[in-house]
Amino acid sequence: MSDVIRLDVMKTYKLFVGGKFPRSESGRVYEVSDSKGQWLANAPLGTRKDTRDAVLAARAAVKGWAGTTAYNRGQVLYRIAEMLQGRREQFAAEVAAAEGIGAKKAAALVDQAIDRWVWYAGWTDKVAQIAGGANPVAGPYFNLSVPEPTGVVGVVAPQAGYGHSFLGLVSVIAPVIATGNTVVVAAATDAPLPALSLGEVLATSDLPGGVVNLLSGRTADIAPTLASHQDVNALDLTGAIAHEGPGAAIALEASAADTLKRVLRPAVDPAAQDWTVAPGTERLLSFLETKTVWHPMGQ
Amino acid sequence: MSTVAANAPGAAGGGLSDVAASEASLRRFLHGLPGVDAVGLEARAATLGTRSIKTSAKAYAIDLAISMIDLTTLEGADTVGKVRALCTKGKHPDPGDPGTPQVAAICVYPDMVATAKAALAGTRIQVASVATAFPAGRASLPVKLADTADAVAAGADEIDMVIDRGAFLSGRYMDVFAEIVAVKQACVRADGTAAHLKVIFETGELQTYDNVRRASWLAMLAGADFIKTSTGKVAVNATPPVTLLMLEAVRDFRAQTGVQIGVKPAGGIKTTKDAMKYLVMVNETLGDDWLSGHWFRFGASSLLNDLLMQRQKLTTGRYSGPDYVTVD
Repeated sequence: MSDVIRLDVMKTYKLFVGGKFPRSESGRVYEVSDSKGQWLANAPLGTRKDTRDAVLAARAAVKGWAGTTAYNRGQVLYRIAEMLQGRREQFAAEVAAAEGIGAKKAAALVDQAIDRWVWYAGWTDKVAQIAGGANPVAGPYFNLSVPEPTGVVGVVAPQAGYGHSFLGLVSVIAPVIATGNTVVVAAATDAPLPALSLGEVLATSDLPGGVVNLLSGRTADIAPTLASHQDVNALDLTGAIAHEGPGAAIALEASAADTLKRVLRPAVDPAAQDWTVAPGTERLLSFLETKTVWHPMGQ
Repeated sequence: MSTVAANAPGAAGGGLSDVAASEASLRRFLHGLPGVDAVGLEARAATLGTRSIKTSAKAYAIDLAISMIDLTTLEGADTVGKVRALCTKGKHPDPGDPGTPQVAAICVYPDMVATAKAALAGTRIQVASVATAFPAGRASLPVKLADTADAVAAGADEIDMVIDRGAFLSGRYMDVFAEIVAVKQACVRADGTAAHLKVIFETGELQTYDNVRRASWLAMLAGADFIKTSTGKVAVNATPPVTLLMLEAVRDFRAQTGVQIGVKPAGGIKTTKDAMKYLVMVNETLGDDWLSGHWFRFGASSLLNDLLMQRQKLTTGRYSGPDYVTVD
């Protein structure tokens, strides 16, 4: 009687679009395996149409998210870190499987990812001080430069480098949304599970739906759609494929040039990147537009 | 299959002329119409909404849908400038692509008819005007007729009237009938020609599908050229089941009388996908005869932008965005 065999409940990984968890519009999935080739789970195969839907959701979320106060955005980002803390073990297991590293190292990477959320949460109400300012002008005017979010940012998440599957992912998403942008992320094709689980964390924090949209699937499908989409304002090519092909960074940059998107280029050697290194402000300052206003000084 | 009951007046004789002879005969006829199978209707409308329309068929459907639009602005805040801008958009929906078809009509309030007419001079785009105390329809008959005559005198090619839902729901069918007949007469111009009359039921207020069927027959018997679902001013606007029901009524009316009536769903149709569903419904219910801007219209404003974005996607291969169409 006591030896009843219990079947594990398997998790169906889904996309995260507009605050909801849809299956891929294509109805298709692909197999995700760990670093040794063992099957881990099926991930939805996001398509061009899923990408379009995600951009629609991201666009709809811009107004609300960019309109929140920087202080409030910081609170929401901090809340995400709180939620992550509670699911630390799950992420550590997924990172260990995805990158083929030991449990201890994986747990350390997840802790760093949580700390990075907190770090970027602190930046939300400070970025205006370093990216904007009061400009001295020759007249009785205040001249103020204020950084504003660019809008919808397409992100190709890192596909290589130590810590790319989760710490790297957090390091590309957090700075973009910290400044009030919304984001559509093409998750790493070979390691999408931490990204899809991150969606579950975001859904239970106070982040409005559509601010972060996570797509798994072939980079060669999703990235070119983001690059050519006329309603995407900027592109982060961190995880773009280095070699020739439709997913290659050069092709994506050329396609993004048609609509004058801001582009953040990938590292020269993405595989050599170490995501544990302190990030600096480059990513934070890459997706901002400067608005300058003149205001009469009065007496 | 005809929806007219075997005992309906005129059904045996083929004509329906004596149906409206009296309040009693009109009521007998309308209540003699077979009841609507609500579950079947909704299931049929849902099934027709699942068709996949791709590539060249999609390109054709998008152009057809654009040419069927009654581009509408019915706001208290409408200005002469806004109406002119809308007319320009109707003439050249996508300035970047001269191959884009023009819309069917521009729909405005009566006081804007002259402005729209002047802005559209030399095109085949019609000017439609709402009238009869739109959208509530709560005014006395002389006021409604004056409203209509005013719009016609200003040059309206089409009149969108609202029925008196209060009278209809309380069973005073003859009042509604007489009102439509009177407005139809008010549509006649000095030279003897007449503006097209569209009759709006405001189906969201009619409560039941049976009422929609009755209203459809009532309006067609009274001489409507078009039957239209909604004003766009209430919570529930055009829905696929209601439109399907009206399409069936129009089909049966032509089968019985030989007279073809147009249909115009209005309000709430915002996406290309929605428009495609309606086009499939028209094709499957009525066939090619109704697949033109002359017999089927979309009452819409934001739909056009979505159609244009989809059209740009088909021609360029890139997804377009709201920055590349006009803000209305």
